[in-house]
Amino acid sequence: MSGQTSFVEQAPNHPETSARFGDLHPPLDKQAAIPEANRCLFCFDAPCTGACPTHIDVPRFIKKIASGNLSGSARTILDANILGASCARACPVEVLCEGACVLHRYNKQPIQIARLQRFAMDSLHASGAPLPFVPGAETGLSVALIGAGPASLACAAELRRRGIRAHLYDARPLPGGLNTYGVAEYKLPLIESLREIEMLSQLGVEFHFATMIDAEMLAELEHEHHAVFLGIGLGAIHRLGIAGEQLPGVTNALDLIAGYKSGECTTVPARVAVVGAGNTAIDAAVAAVRLGAREVHIAYRRGPEQMSAFAFEYEHARLEGVKFVWHAQPTRILGGEAVEGLALTRLAASKDGQPGSEFCLAVDLIVLAIGQGTHSGLLSGKVQVERGRIVIDRTTGQTSDPKYFAGGDCTNGGREVVDAVADGKRAGIGIAAWLEATLAPA
Amino acid sequence: MRAFDAGWGGAVWKTIGEPITNVSSRYSSIDWEGRRMMGFNNIELISDRSIEINLQEMAEAKRRYPKHAVIASLMVESKRETWHDIVQRAEDAGADGLELNFGCPHGMSERGMGSAVGQVPEYCEQITAWVKEKARTPVIVKLTPNISDIRMPARAAKRGGADALSAINTINSITGIDLDTFQANPNVDGKSSHGGYCGPAVKPIALNMVQQVCSDPASALPLSGIGGIANWQDAAEFILLGCGTVQVCTAVMHYGYRIVEDMQDGLLAWMAEKGFASIDEFRGRSIPNVVNWNQLNLNYQIVARIHEDLCIGCQLCYTACWDGAHQCIHLDRTSPAPDTTRTPAMVEAEAARRISTTPIPKLDAGGPGSSNARTPLERIPRVDEHHCVGCNLCSLVCPVEGCITMERIENGLAPQTWAERVAAGITPGGACDVVTTN
Repeated sequence: MSGQTSFVEQAPNHPETSARFGDLHPPLDKQAAIPEANRCLFCFDAPCTGACPTHIDVPRFIKKIASGNLSGSARTILDANILGASCARACPVEVLCEGACVLHRYNKQPIQIARLQRFAMDSLHASGAPLPFVPGAETGLSVALIGAGPASLACAAELRRRGIRAHLYDARPLPGGLNTYGVAEYKLPLIESLREIEMLSQLGVEFHFATMIDAEMLAELEHEHHAVFLGIGLGAIHRLGIAGEQLPGVTNALDLIAGYKSGECTTVPARVAVVGAGNTAIDAAVAAVRLGAREVHIAYRRGPEQMSAFAFEYEHARLEGVKFVWHAQPTRILGGEAVEGLALTRLAASKDGQPGSEFCLAVDLIVLAIGQGTHSGLLSGKVQVERGRIVIDRTTGQTSDPKYFAGGDCTNGGREVVDAVADGKRAGIGIAAWLEATLAPA
Repeated sequence: MRAFDAGWGGAVWKTIGEPITNVSSRYSSIDWEGRRMMGFNNIELISDRSIEINLQEMAEAKRRYPKHAVIASLMVESKRETWHDIVQRAEDAGADGLELNFGCPHGMSERGMGSAVGQVPEYCEQITAWVKEKARTPVIVKLTPNISDIRMPARAAKRGGADALSAINTINSITGIDLDTFQANPNVDGKSSHGGYCGPAVKPIALNMVQQVCSDPASALPLSGIGGIANWQDAAEFILLGCGTVQVCTAVMHYGYRIVEDMQDGLLAWMAEKGFASIDEFRGRSIPNVVNWNQLNLNYQIVARIHEDLCIGCQLCYTACWDGAHQCIHLDRTSPAPDTTRTPAMVEAEAARRISTTPIPKLDAGGPGSSNARTPLERIPRVDEHHCVGCNLCSLVCPVEGCITMERIENGLAPQTWAERVAAGITPGGACDVVTTN
């Protein structure tokens, strides 16, 4: 199936959505990139590299931009992170590489690492050059990877570079998982995710789309392959468990984001409430603004200091005009045929009322963003799971069942694309090492 | 005249001679990490306009700006009558002085002029003497740096009767090769030719030559400093090494005449701060501070000291000391004991094994990366002062001003130079039979 149809050609094309979700961080052009690259101090054992979960050698790729060696720059990035183009756009660099930059302590102007990384990757894509890696000599070994999100893709790339066949299975029609369907379009457009995966598929990755894996199929795959990688992410978004939740007009953040990215949803009603204050909630609230909502509230049961969204995401939402309602617990969803309002109880005193007092937001759409559940059925006692997370050896990705490896959100409870890539990369290397030690043909 | 309006005190009108045909293109440069024209190169010859027009215009400039100095820079073929003639005409046009261009390293030298004269002390002396036979205004000889010892032509000029010297002219150079066409810059229909190098990159070379001339009694004459001067600090340095005037060309070509405003403003402010009322009060003041190596105090000892409060943790000093110096900076502040055996490769290998994840504000507050305001202790290098040789390299690579200082160690030893050691018979003189020119 791989390589036969272009993923990019299958991408939905909605100019109106594209126009509404323009780049949050515009690209650097050459005139801007080279002086910025020259500003990098070229630290030894650079903190930016240490902070990156995939340990991209940041000063090295930046100095290659400065020297005009753009293909070498892209290869340096891809060698550490096969989804380097996506990560350049989707990473919360403020708390990763750019947050670690020593220039914070110099002149408070960290190097714009993400934009430089994007410059290098965009240059590679624009050059039309192939992925700068080739598959390893075929070993006759093969691995089934469940889910075609960032963890599985990174794992597959490592396996292919070592001559191990990689079969990816995904329930959706296109690869990339949340990288394709779940990252805010103004950070990472869906088509860019697909473009990157298309390049990766040059390594000979075999995709099986629209394939839902159940316990029985998993057992079959385990039998057919030499190892199994679980990159299954997390499950559906939690429900509130309150009255009115079944009404039309109640959705969840991931469905909203996937909906507008895939072009199924092009507008939202005028008044929107998002419940929850994580990064996904912010993405959903900002999306609602961009999709035409006049008034968007984020309701959170605790205060700003407890929210799990990054500070810069919170700032971004405020700049987009999102209003925050703190210390408010949803109690009922109001409406006859469809959502008309959200009733909330105050959990702390405010100028508007005492704890325990109830109030109502008049809304037409309620978006739940209160965390995702876990898969339990599929695994059914197969591998050890703790607090909904598959337990792995962090250095190899190996689970309690030696033939099973795992990485990404299903092991870390839901972090960033780059964390999934790092997990997948370690697991790919871990699988290859384990296979060599136990199964390699004599 | 626009230069005089901008505040320049004088101009060297360069270079007048029998008109030549110039090529296009003529200039090329090297950029350094995004800064343009850090070094500049030209293959332009002397003026391509006639002697008459140059001198008419000079007369006009002198008429309108009588108080500004105009020096005629001259280059003609090496004949006594030709030099006499051009000297006469330049002075008749109102030149306040004459600069004999014995320096241009390209083109004219192939015709027996420019540096072809400057490189042969005898020619230099002879032509200077011819000019002095005729000249009524001061004669300045412009020296070429394209020679082993600039004191040789300087002494020759002095013997020939020169009133003053100027140094340095441009340095032979090829600025670069185009990696697509394999042709050199500047490109003249696919070919290039070595040019004259100038601009900020040449300043250290010029300063050294200025010092050599000014500290040599057989060379010393009033000196006009040239070579990479772009601001008041550069000018002050040339004056401190003995120059009475300085000349600026490349920086004006880059930014225009307006740069003189800060040259004047900055220099006057510095002079006021130092209590100097005139140039003469500090001219040559640094000459005694530059000596031969054998006069340096071998018992003077300094070591590097890293000021932890200023360190930003880039570890450039660490890698520089390991790969470019004496392996006496270590990353062991968080080790139980000083560890001088841990190599950069070991540090990198440990870093590669470390697993990092994106911090979640709620869960990972206070973890690594939660604050970038302070440098983590393990990233602040430590100098092993017992092995530090005081080479300065770490303090030169450190991007933070004042973070690495070189501190004097009191070792109780009296000052002693190599010359003194040899004289005292403590050390053999080595190859002391080599005749030095000093």
